[in-house]
Amino acid sequence: MFRNLGELVLLFAATLRALPRVWQERRKVAEQLFDIGNASLFMACLLSLFIGGVLSLQVGPVLVERGLGSALGGLVALSMCKELAPVMMSVLIAGRIGSAMAAELGSMRVYQEIDALRTLNLNPIYFLVLPRVVAISIALPCLVIFSNLVGWLGGALVALHNDRIAVSWTAFFTDLQQQVEFGDIANGLIKSFVFAVTIGVVSCHQGLATIGGPRGIGRSVTKAVVNSFVLILIMDYVLTRLLLPFDNGWAI
Amino acid sequence: MPATATTTGIPVSIRGLRKSFGGEPVLQGLDLDVKAGEIFALMGPSGSGKSVFLRHLIGLETPDAGEIRVGGELISAEGIGDRIRMAMVFQSGGLLNSLTVAENVGLYLSEHRLKSPAEIERIVLEKLAVVELGPEDAAKYPAELSGGMKKRVAIARALVIEPQLILFDEPTSELDPLVALTIGREILNLNASIGATTLLVTHDRDLAFGIADRIGFLLEGEIVALGTPEEIRVHPHPLLQRFLKAEFR
Ligand SMILES: Nc1ncnc2c1ncn2[C@@H]1O[C@H](COP(=O)(O)OP(=O)(O)OP(=O)(O)O)[C@@H](O)[C@H]1O
Ligand SMILES: [Mg+2]
Repeated sequence: MFRNLGELVLLFAATLRALPRVWQERRKVAEQLFDIGNASLFMACLLSLFIGGVLSLQVGPVLVERGLGSALGGLVALSMCKELAPVMMSVLIAGRIGSAMAAELGSMRVYQEIDALRTLNLNPIYFLVLPRVVAISIALPCLVIFSNLVGWLGGALVALHNDRIAVSWTAFFTDLQQQVEFGDIANGLIKSFVFAVTIGVVSCHQGLATIGGPRGIGRSVTKAVVNSFVLILIMDYVLTRLLLPFDNGWAI
Repeated sequence: MPATATTTGIPVSIRGLRKSFGGEPVLQGLDLDVKAGEIFALMGPSGSGKSVFLRHLIGLETPDAGEIRVGGELISAEGIGDRIRMAMVFQSGGLLNSLTVAENVGLYLSEHRLKSPAEIERIVLEKLAVVELGPEDAAKYPAELSGGMKKRVAIARALVIEPQLILFDEPTSELDPLVALTIGREILNLNASIGATTLLVTHDRDLAFGIADRIGFLLEGEIVALGTPEEIRVHPHPLLQRFLKAEFR
């Protein structure tokens, strides 16, 4: 994996350099966005509902026992927007979209489509990588916002209906409103943006680097997903640590 | 023919071209000059490196040693694709499976924004007609085509570029004899109308001897015989003669 790190950085740099072309390639970005939304929105919804719910279920009874039931909303919401939504949505996108990108580019490599593009004087970075990386970087933060909302809802529903918690709707969202600041949400969005770029570049790189015929495509897909997971989790720690000083400083 | 058909072919010169894959030498110091506007056919046994050679000419492979010049410029030069129009027809077509036939054929024009969509549509149909494909095929996807149809679409896609240098990898394999004849004639036409330098790799003896100005025979990474069809027919190289004379009965 680390042997590829240099190539990854190069591909990232090339994508950055291609960025001024993004307006020209806007139709491809839109197509990719549509595909990503189509493939992941329902899953994201389902996943977030249950993550929010299980958070409530885990901490709710403990808090209520100690008479801290009123703090549940803030706790669930903060865990969701700072950590769980960005990481879980990234994992979902890596598994659902990153794998598909690696497979698609991998098969294009194997069946000489990439070569054909180059003979048509079309740069695969502009044509294939840029639209995908840009689309994923727009889509993932949007999904995270969506996931926050659904997750909060899931948490509130469980808090309301579970007998051992029984925190009212109003109590849950009042505390949420008091605890969650814009900075907390921004924190999660920044993380998810970095994860998105990582997933996009890693998946496109694995796809383009496919060798060894159709069997190589399977290998590329596995590597794209596994490498994305590993990088997401490592960078999650690093980013959380880096963003720590801003934790209270964002308040407006 | 569109107004841009005033281009002329460009010469190709190859010096000391070497390439090996994983220590296994494929091209071993190959020298070759192809004149501007010439039709050059490269023959040779399967696995002798013909496809690898073509891939070098259009910059898809980097040589281990030696240099390749097209139109006097090194093929590795930055932005050469913007100055010289080159096209390659791959052995298996190399069509983009996610695009329709029409989108594939028009890709060069649409992506480089050279023509309006209406004009692109007209040119695409015109080039498809050249390879005997109709408007009803234009909306199909490559997966719905036979091997020979894919090859013809790939040829149409190359024609759209109006190339100064065009490379064909086995243009007539997978084609029935009549379509093969049409493709051969079309290669001649293209050469006559825009003067494109044409390099083709083929096992098809009829095609090579029928249309090529000169023929080269590639064996073990070197060109062992080179000359006009008449010269090649009487060339003393034993394997070449067996290659040319092979018949079932
Ligand atoms: N990317 C590659 N990696 C490793 N070996 C390769 C690669 N490309 C080609 N080769 C090897 O180079 C040799 C020549 O291959 P090439 O495809 O040029 O043959 P060819 O002359 O076109 O044969 P055919 O007539 O069957 O198409 C083969 O031995 C092949 O295994
Ligand atoms: Mg070949």
